[in-house]
Amino acid sequence: MFHLSRTTKWALGLVAAAILTLMYAPLLLVMANSFNDAQISSWPIESFSLRWWERAIESQAILDALWVSVLTALGATAIALVLGSLAALALQRYSFFGKNAVNLLIILPIALPGIVTGVALNNTYKNILEPIGIHVGFFGLIVGHATFCVVMVFNNVQARLGRMNPRLEEASNDMGAGLWTTFRRVTFPGFRTAFAAGGLLAFALSFDEIVVSIFTAPPGVETLPLWMLNNMARPNQQSLLNVVATVIIIVSMVPVYLSQRLSRDVSAN
Amino acid sequence: MRSPTTLTPSPAEVGAVPGSGLAISLRGVSKHFGETVAVRDLDLDIARGELFSMLGPSGSGKTTMLRLIAGFERPTSGRILLGGTDVTHKAPFDRDVNTVFQDYALFPHMSVADNVGYGLSVRRVPRVERRRLVREALERVRLEQFTARLPSQLSGGQRQRVALARALVLRPTVLLLDEPLGALDRKLREQMQIELKEIQRAVGITFVLVTHDQDEALTMSDRVAVFHEGQIEQVGPPAEVYERPATSFVAGFLGAANIIEADQAADLFGRPELLSIRPEKLRVVQERDVVDAIAVSGVVAEVVYSGPATTYIVEVRPGLTLMATRPSAEGAAHVSAPQRGDVVQVTCAAADLYPIPSNTP
Repeated sequence: MFHLSRTTKWALGLVAAAILTLMYAPLLLVMANSFNDAQISSWPIESFSLRWWERAIESQAILDALWVSVLTALGATAIALVLGSLAALALQRYSFFGKNAVNLLIILPIALPGIVTGVALNNTYKNILEPIGIHVGFFGLIVGHATFCVVMVFNNVQARLGRMNPRLEEASNDMGAGLWTTFRRVTFPGFRTAFAAGGLLAFALSFDEIVVSIFTAPPGVETLPLWMLNNMARPNQQSLLNVVATVIIIVSMVPVYLSQRLSRDVSAN
Repeated sequence: MRSPTTLTPSPAEVGAVPGSGLAISLRGVSKHFGETVAVRDLDLDIARGELFSMLGPSGSGKTTMLRLIAGFERPTSGRILLGGTDVTHKAPFDRDVNTVFQDYALFPHMSVADNVGYGLSVRRVPRVERRRLVREALERVRLEQFTARLPSQLSGGQRQRVALARALVLRPTVLLLDEPLGALDRKLREQMQIELKEIQRAVGITFVLVTHDQDEALTMSDRVAVFHEGQIEQVGPPAEVYERPATSFVAGFLGAANIIEADQAADLFGRPELLSIRPEKLRVVQERDVVDAIAVSGVVAEVVYSGPATTYIVEVRPGLTLMATRPSAEGAAHVSAPQRGDVVQVTCAAADLYPIPSNTP
């Protein structure tokens, strides 16, 4: 590392502080305004109250949307955990024809714009599956989210497997354990924190996703971000929007924080 | 060489080995990795209760051979028999063989006791019995007070002993050890060599040890196989392999050796054949005091003092040097000890000049 002079350190510190403030001040403003008693958000806040939080809890539409978001995130995370881990195991432990291509195809959805994934899935659901009598419904939304959630689990688990000593599995084999016992007692314990970290990221990613949701949510089904989008234009809902936004921020942030801690604990070991 | 007699242990070589019969038989075993031939048409028999070493430089095929016996690799051709049963196509967990890995491969998330008890628990040995066996195994390697520790809380030597206990607790007929002492520092390694040998004698299990360390192989083994480019150059008891190397590779790999080409041997000793002589068999004297059978005069080119011994490098012909080692006990620092530049006589008994039978295995 370079040794930085005192002035450089101060200057860099100031720049960093300014950038972080610019990034987070608007979010903090939204969170603070959710406690603003006024009908129209204004600054500075004149009186605080939990009025809008109470209104939000009483709103059936918001509660429904919250429930949809949680279910979608849990479903997408469950799919991601299973498929992401299996894919990571296959690509990390075996070599087969087209391995690199498969690797790329798994990671690609994270780079694809949500609108592309969304439109593509929407077309498939409406123009291919429905004509042959398959109505994906709510499951279509979950699958849409799973496409990018898989990447989170896959990346985390694959990186961990790459650092695991392959002799551990051989040792287990050597001592009489077959494939399944070895997976259950040696391989999985070896990557379970990466598994959990990937799952938490997947949950957070799904919970605040909107673009894919727009195109894959069945009619009448709203996730929390969708509810926000649909109520943006209504001026009297603005304070409620602040409440919902605050909920989304917190529910997305906590898993990301936990996931970071999980990954750090292991690397410190 | 490669006559079948040197590959199969004679009763005399196997000696007072407990049990009888063969633990391992390899028949024409080859292993190819793509274009690379790791093991080439190998035949070998290892007797029950033997401590057998596979010695060779890295890439000589010894580790591949060990992994073939363990079942982690399948041979490209040939058969592997354990205790007379063909296991060529059996999975590692179906073979009565256990392995001590080079990096020990201890399960990092399990305690010492759980590591050692793993194989027993996989085989559904009842808990009480399992505890007893784990305790016995840990006592044998003197780690009974470390049962609750995690591998990360142990020293290298302790980890090595856990790995040993973990494999031994299953009482395999064959224990494979892949460079088991390679990661330890020298002092600990020498101590563990003796300890391993004692444990092997106590449990009576066939040990097959892979090593690139010739001292380790010579010190510990009942028999040594010297690997070179996927083939075995020589098999035999340490003394035989050391004293009567079958090829110049074996002579050069096992300790220091003066290898003298046939034309030079004819010139120096009047014997036109490939000769090998160990430096400790050569004496360097100022004047020919005893009537030795053979003496060559030369100039001391270098004197290398290494504690227990001093090595003299003597130029006997332009460009041709011989190495001679004199134990320090004989008084290397003595006034009469030859110095660099001295004209000396290099002498030995005629019987110590060993003709290498062949240069190609």
